[in-house]
Amino acid sequence: MQLALVVAGAPLLAGWVKSVKARLQNRRGPGPLQPYRDLRKLFMKQVLVADSASIVFRAAPYVVFTSTLLATAAVPLAVRDLPTAPVADIMVVVGLLALGRFFLALAGMDVGTAFGGMGASREMLISALAEPATLMAIFTLTMSAHSTNLSTVVGFQLTQGLVLHPSYLFALMGLVLVAVAETGRIPVDNPATHLELTMVHEAMILEYSGRHLALMEWAAWLKLTLYGVLIANVFFPWGIGETTDPGAFGIGLAVIVAKLALLGLALAVSETVLAKMRLFRVPQYLNLAFLFALLGMLSFLILEVAA
Amino acid sequence: MPAILAPILALLSAAGALAGARGLRLLGFPLFGLAGLAAILSGLGHLLDPTPWSLVLPMGLPWLHWHLRLDTLGGVLFLLIGLVTLAVALYGPGYVREFEHGRSRPEALALFGGLFLAGMLLVVLADDAFAFMVAWELMSLSSYFLVTYRHDQAANRRAGFLYLLMAHIGGLSILLGFAVLAAFAGGFDFAAMRAAEVPLAWRTIAFSLAFLGFGMKAGLVPLHAWLPEAHPVAPSHVSALMSGVMLKVAVYGFVRMTFDLVGGVHWGWGVAVLITGSVSALLGVLYALMQHDLKRLLAYHSVENIGIVFIGLGLALVFFGTGHPVLGALGLVAALYHTLNHALFKALLFLGAGAVLHATHERDMEHMGGLLKAMPWTGGFFLVGCIAIAALPPFNGFVSEWLTFQAALQAWVLDSGVLRVLLPVSAAMLALTGALAAACFVKVYGVAFLGLPRGRHVRKAREVGLGMRLGQGLLALACLAFGILPTVVAGLLAGVPRQLMGTGLPEAGAQGWLWLTPISPATASYAAPLVVLGLALAWAIAALWLRRGEVREVSRCEPWDCGFSRPGPGMQYTATAFAQPIRRVFGMLFQIDEGMRGEQGRQRFHLQVGDRFWGWLYLPVERLVNAAARRVTFLQAGRLRAYLGWSLGTLLVLLWVAA
Repeated sequence: MQLALVVAGAPLLAGWVKSVKARLQNRRGPGPLQPYRDLRKLFMKQVLVADSASIVFRAAPYVVFTSTLLATAAVPLAVRDLPTAPVADIMVVVGLLALGRFFLALAGMDVGTAFGGMGASREMLISALAEPATLMAIFTLTMSAHSTNLSTVVGFQLTQGLVLHPSYLFALMGLVLVAVAETGRIPVDNPATHLELTMVHEAMILEYSGRHLALMEWAAWLKLTLYGVLIANVFFPWGIGETTDPGAFGIGLAVIVAKLALLGLALAVSETVLAKMRLFRVPQYLNLAFLFALLGMLSFLILEVAA
Repeated sequence: MPAILAPILALLSAAGALAGARGLRLLGFPLFGLAGLAAILSGLGHLLDPTPWSLVLPMGLPWLHWHLRLDTLGGVLFLLIGLVTLAVALYGPGYVREFEHGRSRPEALALFGGLFLAGMLLVVLADDAFAFMVAWELMSLSSYFLVTYRHDQAANRRAGFLYLLMAHIGGLSILLGFAVLAAFAGGFDFAAMRAAEVPLAWRTIAFSLAFLGFGMKAGLVPLHAWLPEAHPVAPSHVSALMSGVMLKVAVYGFVRMTFDLVGGVHWGWGVAVLITGSVSALLGVLYALMQHDLKRLLAYHSVENIGIVFIGLGLALVFFGTGHPVLGALGLVAALYHTLNHALFKALLFLGAGAVLHATHERDMEHMGGLLKAMPWTGGFFLVGCIAIAALPPFNGFVSEWLTFQAALQAWVLDSGVLRVLLPVSAAMLALTGALAAACFVKVYGVAFLGLPRGRHVRKAREVGLGMRLGQGLLALACLAFGILPTVVAGLLAGVPRQLMGTGLPEAGAQGWLWLTPISPATASYAAPLVVLGLALAWAIAALWLRRGEVREVSRCEPWDCGFSRPGPGMQYTATAFAQPIRRVFGMLFQIDEGMRGEQGRQRFHLQVGDRFWGWLYLPVERLVNAAARRVTFLQAGRLRAYLGWSLGTLLVLLWVAA
């Protein structure tokens, strides 16, 4: 139920960011529902596969989509107590996303074009550097909650009340920076570009068409939503439903939609103000993210455990 | 089943060498496989029933017979050795066929292969220091002959010499470690060593010697340099045994010595092990990324994975040393789980690399490409190995790294602030390692198996024979099984800390076989079967739903490539190009020689990436040894009487010291 909502809602978030961004840049731009029209169009179209591609190329969209889907299923959206949360804790979520990325990069290399290889190489560099920062930020949270189960982490946050923990602040900053990098947004990657030398994610899915492309795009939107929900619910859990009854669920849903809309707004603003970085500036950016996460960890271990 | 059966069968398979080249295929490998099967059965038996098996053989020194014993820890190793051996026995007959007409005779492979296996099994069985060292040397020496099997090439001889040298320095260190313990125990058998009361200072010395000796054999940084030289030059099925199994025997030796014989672990040892392990893991994967020789790359990944195992062992030592036995047991189980996993997927990858070598005679990835279409079975199994080694769910590599992370995340229970920070930082290094390993295997698989063929040999590649496919398939299946049933495996492995340290993992299977809950169900849980089920279900729904429309068929066309003309194989990203960004980011860790060579108009790009440790450690040591050797050359006058005089003098001094 919850999963279906996320899957259905993910294109909306992407469309929302896109249309806000267009407004900020004084363009009219497509409405927030545009991604749904794109999806429908792509699903209707015939699939063209390059003759040099192997089975990996055709299997990859399904692997990418299903692994992202499963990762999303383990993140609490509107209510806290998710039956699927114990199946996969947060590290499994990270692992599933990595599995999707692995196949995405392989698919990029499969056709044998220069762009695919370029995209795969860059994506793996970015993800490799982002991984320690992600886990460091997550460690800070899970160590304070004494659990890596996401439902438990969110529940622990709720009991804490509105206390300012320096560790959370740092972890939040680190995780936001990582989320921007991992979902391929400006300043790390630009989802709207098809300029040969700057693309990363687009370079890998360059050869896809029809329903394969639709799955790949949908998976990317899903990932954006996943990170949004993660940040919103783990750091600002207030408003999430405690029980599974329809009332709590409805309120939780309304709250998370509002939170995501705000996050999307922030993302659109930051994408408008910032310019895309050169690839070799990205390591510095991710080092900053790691540093924030490390500071969060240190301040937790030094300031908060002892207290 | 008596555990002694496996080494006896291994020795018999060595005797298969007497039957000639045909005998190797018809007799040697079947016996080899039976030895593996016997090892699996007795290993499993000891995991299920923890009562140790023991035997005293009337061999060896007059006052010290060979003591043999197999307990739970040995059972894990037997299982591991047996699985890889069985796969190698299936794979070997097809692979050695090409050696039958070469310059090196295949009988040597049978002889030393059998001795090598027997040596490894006996190391695990040994229950006194004397038998241990004899078996250890049997293992080292026979593997030296396997490394130098193709001794017509100078590079192989050089690699073999380096290996022999390092193996002996390591062996010496282990021997000294045993000597320290034997001095306090008053005997060489392990039972006496376990019972002995050794003061902490001497315990630390014994631990350091064991760490140095076994760490050298396991290939920990900075003592790893022999490994990427020696492992790739052996025939591929031997590389699988060396990288997959022999390194694990070194891990076994370290665990046996530290946790069992020395005992009374100190957390400071754990810190040393943890730091060395983290550095090994990270540098191993970074150096691996720079390689484009497939087997050499895999050998560097062994350095990385051994590093991960030692991270787990370091966590175990820290937690045991600070009085948290359950968490210590978790660290030990994670390390053993990774040991087992690495044996499976590394052997699988080496066998796959061997199949590629067999089909194309290429080891250089820059000449490969598109092999998946020519070799679908090998390509599929290799993909399983890649996913497993990159620690991605739902395969086995993920489970052991997950357990290691869970252990590291319990750092908050520790009192010392420094330790509390050190553990998560090493976990972050583990995360970086894992992500870089994924990058590396995207490179390997993308360059070698996907894309367009880059060379003539590769275009003509054909799938390998049934036996070779079966060997790989067995290991791939084991990788999947160990990934999907982690609760069963962890439950079996928990017998090791229960026997050695008295604490198992009480909560690991608290909610049944479906759920792996290493500490408690509230802290963390992972239901691998459900994850796999979810993936399969989501896939099925997506595929069915998408194929119901009218445009279900797929048509083939030229690649689009942003509108460029049809790309040729030369336009693909190469392995070197793939790793270039990472080379640039971590540039300070490599010795890079990059530039253009040749005169104007005919310039060629030239790149050589070296291991920094050669310059930092090995060359200075070599210079020192050479200088010292020159100093003492005056002793070597060539007169026999003078030599005898020196020997007598030394003996007298030693007797005086001993008295």
